[in-house]
Amino acid sequence: MTIGQIALWGLVVGFVMSMVVITGFAYTTLLERKVLARMQARVGPNRAGYIPIPTRGGREKKFLAGFMQPAADAVKLFFKEDPTPAKADWLVYNLAPMLAVIPAIMILAVIPWAGKIPGLVPAQYDYFAIVPGLNVAVLFVLAVTSISVYGVVLAGWASNSKYAVLGGIRASAQMISYELAMSLSVLVPVMIANSMDLGVIVAAQKGHWFVFLQPVAAIIFCIAALAELQRAPFDLLEAEQELSAGFNVEYAGMRFGMFFMAEYMKMISLSAIAATLFFGGYRGPFVDQVPILGFVYLFIKIFIGLFIMIWIRATFPRLRYDQLMLFGWKVLLPVSVINFMIVAVFIVLAAEGVFAPIANFFGF
Amino acid sequence: MFETILELARGMGITLKHFFQPPVTIQYPEIKRPVRNRFKGRHELKRYDNGLERCIGCSLCAAACPADAIFVEAAENTDEERYSPGERYARVYEINMLRCIFCGFCEDACPTQAIVLEHNYELSFYDRQSAIYTKDMLIVDVPINGRPTPQTVEPGVFTKAIPEMENPK
Repeated sequence: MTIGQIALWGLVVGFVMSMVVITGFAYTTLLERKVLARMQARVGPNRAGYIPIPTRGGREKKFLAGFMQPAADAVKLFFKEDPTPAKADWLVYNLAPMLAVIPAIMILAVIPWAGKIPGLVPAQYDYFAIVPGLNVAVLFVLAVTSISVYGVVLAGWASNSKYAVLGGIRASAQMISYELAMSLSVLVPVMIANSMDLGVIVAAQKGHWFVFLQPVAAIIFCIAALAELQRAPFDLLEAEQELSAGFNVEYAGMRFGMFFMAEYMKMISLSAIAATLFFGGYRGPFVDQVPILGFVYLFIKIFIGLFIMIWIRATFPRLRYDQLMLFGWKVLLPVSVINFMIVAVFIVLAAEGVFAPIANFFGF
Repeated sequence: MFETILELARGMGITLKHFFQPPVTIQYPEIKRPVRNRFKGRHELKRYDNGLERCIGCSLCAAACPADAIFVEAAENTDEERYSPGERYARVYEINMLRCIFCGFCEDACPTQAIVLEHNYELSFYDRQSAIYTKDMLIVDVPINGRPTPQTVEPGVFTKAIPEMENPK
């Protein structure tokens, strides 16, 4: 394949995957509402659409009740009035939702979805992704997740509202604090796999997921990713009780929906990143023989990640602001620095052959 | 440290336990939960077994109403056109459901037990005009052995407006 062909292929795959993820976002909202409802002994949305299953008694049973709820929500959001506040900064106010959504989708560009599928992956690459073979993929992920904070901060600033700007300020402070711990925990799999290419990191997890080698880094990554997503219990910036809605208080209609979209898409993409870095990515039983199974495994892992996030939201109350900062700077950051240094030292020692006698003794 | 993590895990366990329990929601329009016997919902104007209306148009309910929601206009009964026992009946009986506070004082004031707060609580309407419930809407159906009002009756039978009643227990 020529460079042009690869670029075209990337565009097509990227478009398809974006559509898949947008649908996934819609159904993540439904999943969240349903799971949250069931954890609170409620039913959740069950009116919009169902599959009727006739039973012998004549009364039909409703299967998958509520599965059209995302469509109903979307229609509602599109038809709502979408005003711009009079004293708002018009350009930034309109730009901010886009700035929130675009990075959320862009993270997905580098995630390896499956192994080498003949006919679907260009010959020179070993795995299926929208942009395969990006040798700074981890850096790309960190950079793009950091950009998405601009959406929130600018939305808060441009709305010309006190609540919104407070939400934006909280967002920026929180992102900076947890970004550090997250980056340091991301570096651990990078060091072990000796590559920043996510495909190589996944390939390095053949047989042993990094979560078993580095549970501390995995846990820190998951906590920091939650904070990065600004989800409960770290959803300080949209604390309803204090800020009424935080950064998006002045937004309505689909522009408000775009912030929602950004949040849920980031949930999906950070679940995918967590799965890729620590939980074996697309790897699973028989994935080498049937590479198409990679999609299924990654989907299952993303689903589990989403479920755990919703589960945490249903369980834990929101942190106080000083608790948030204290936890980020005084607990997560030192632990991740120490963990990072220990891993670095052990990797050097292993490369120097210090552990060879022990390994020989145990017969590795 | 260890205890904190244990507590967090216990919290997660509780939510997961509830995830697998059935929800407590009652799907309202399809399944209606029965109300208590003494529930105070929409008023009904009762009838005697022979179909005559209990309401004699005395306006005591209107006088007792703290929200001033009831309006009664009485008219004379005759033996050719008899609506209720005694001299008078309620020609107009209106309750403004936007004003009613469902206190039940009208029920207590009524000398003939004509007005009773029953169990219907689905009282939504689209405009203020339809918030006023008239006599046709409030009065109950004619009992099986009764005749609809106005009835033509023998003279001298229904002269007593307030029936013989037991003392309340």
